[in-house]
Amino acid sequence: MTVAVTDVRVEDKLFQNRYLVDTGRPHIKVRPHDTPSANLLALTRVCPAKCYEQNDNGQVEISADGCMECGTCRVLCEATGEIEWDYPRGGFGVLFKFG
Amino acid sequence: MIEEKFDAIVVGAGMSGNAAAYTLASRGLKVLQLERGEYAGSKNVQGAIMYASMLEKIIPDFREDAPLERHLVEQRFWMMDDTSHTGMHYRSDDFNEERPNRYTIIRAQFDKWFSRKVKQAGATVLCETTVTELIRNTEGRVIGVKVDRAGGAIFADVVVLAEGVNGLLGTRAGFRETPKAESVALAVKEMHFLPEEVIAQRFGLSGNEGCVIEAAGTFSQGMTGLAFLYTNRESISIGVGCLVSDYARTMESPYALLEQFKNHPSVRPLLKDTEVKEYAAHLIPEGGYKAIPQLYGDGWVVVGDAAQLNNAVHREGSNLAMTSGRIAAEAIFQVKSRRDPMTAENLRLYKTMLDESFVIKDLKKHKDMPALLHTNSQNFFMTYPQLMSAAAQNFVRVDGTPKIEKEKATLSSIVKARSRFGMVSDAVRLAFAWR
Repeated sequence: MTVAVTDVRVEDKLFQNRYLVDTGRPHIKVRPHDTPSANLLALTRVCPAKCYEQNDNGQVEISADGCMECGTCRVLCEATGEIEWDYPRGGFGVLFKFG
Repeated sequence: MIEEKFDAIVVGAGMSGNAAAYTLASRGLKVLQLERGEYAGSKNVQGAIMYASMLEKIIPDFREDAPLERHLVEQRFWMMDDTSHTGMHYRSDDFNEERPNRYTIIRAQFDKWFSRKVKQAGATVLCETTVTELIRNTEGRVIGVKVDRAGGAIFADVVVLAEGVNGLLGTRAGFRETPKAESVALAVKEMHFLPEEVIAQRFGLSGNEGCVIEAAGTFSQGMTGLAFLYTNRESISIGVGCLVSDYARTMESPYALLEQFKNHPSVRPLLKDTEVKEYAAHLIPEGGYKAIPQLYGDGWVVVGDAAQLNNAVHREGSNLAMTSGRIAAEAIFQVKSRRDPMTAENLRLYKTMLDESFVIKDLKKHKDMPALLHTNSQNFFMTYPQLMSAAAQNFVRVDGTPKIEKEKATLSSIVKARSRFGMVSDAVRLAFAWR
């Protein structure tokens, strides 16, 4: 049995969720780099909200608006300094209705 | 902003934080609880199964008004390959008892209820407030916290770190390390809604009876992982969790795995015509006993997921969280009652009491399981499920092949896939890790 992964649209899943986005104050930042490390590159596939994407130059960028604050990227990339991870300000970010 | 000093500040309003805040406040301590979400529960994610006896120790009459979904009467364990599942089901009418043992819950609702109890017990609960830093005196003792509100320094004799698996405060203060990729699983989960009677019919349930399916197998692509399906009153929680280190190595996507599981021929009919209302992700501590950090220090204790107190083998987390929160609070109360300072030496009592509880005893019992399952994931989560399915199919399919040949074929396929030595060694290691 195979399910075409391309059929899964994370955007549609995230659309169900409630967020209060702290505009202009992203809580995760990616350090500027030329070539991403293996772990940073893996985030483009492993991040459950698909916040990480590779740009045309091969660098990894983040758009944290759909972030569910799980911390997977922190576990994989904070120690090397490739990303900076903070909590959103109080009340902002994902707001689970069910959890 | 807050001039007064508290006996205790509890950071976080999940299971462990609420248990700690409730226990401290109901013993008369002056407690401030800080939560960064809009309300208690808005940042919390769990499957979720709640074990009654641990909550009874905190709020004995919780059944009167807690938002409980279904009490569980049936447990299904499935080993899956791509087209089949081999199952062990346990269902018992004994679970239809006056005070049921396990319930499904919806965390956001449950945590709101728990938080109301905390407030009723006398604690001050401040939501939409992120703690940014621990305040320490010149000797390094924690004396308060800084928050992201104007003028935000608040002082207390002791700070209870109930900040969850991804807690930043304790790691930034150097009390513990950020969890390693090998010792946390990433779980993704969806909430599927259905009318109550459809759920009852689909799973063979009546009244508030509930059913749980937990599955391992080829959907995790050889990674150490588990899928689950829990029945709530009028919804189904379904999810998949795998180790973060495995995800990073394979570059599989968690949502793709979830779709794979949802579309498995054994699962798809259970989800027919559901309405999905939420998609969530969360980390689960999986490191077991060996990953437990320092639990106390001068002016602080750490409880729950932040302390990696999670029993991955038995899939228990919130009961360990609740219990550690309660015990930490009881230890703090004892120190306070003696009018002793909240030094590391005195707060050691928390660890002593926790060591005596099921929390540490259970984790110690299975201390070698994480390493075994994590390093042999291909065998346990791919090869064995496939072999199990092939053997079962060979047993039930009647096609005129003499039984003796069928059995020989089954045995030789098993030996070929994993070798006699490999199987014996897996069995021995499993037995040793379990005992």
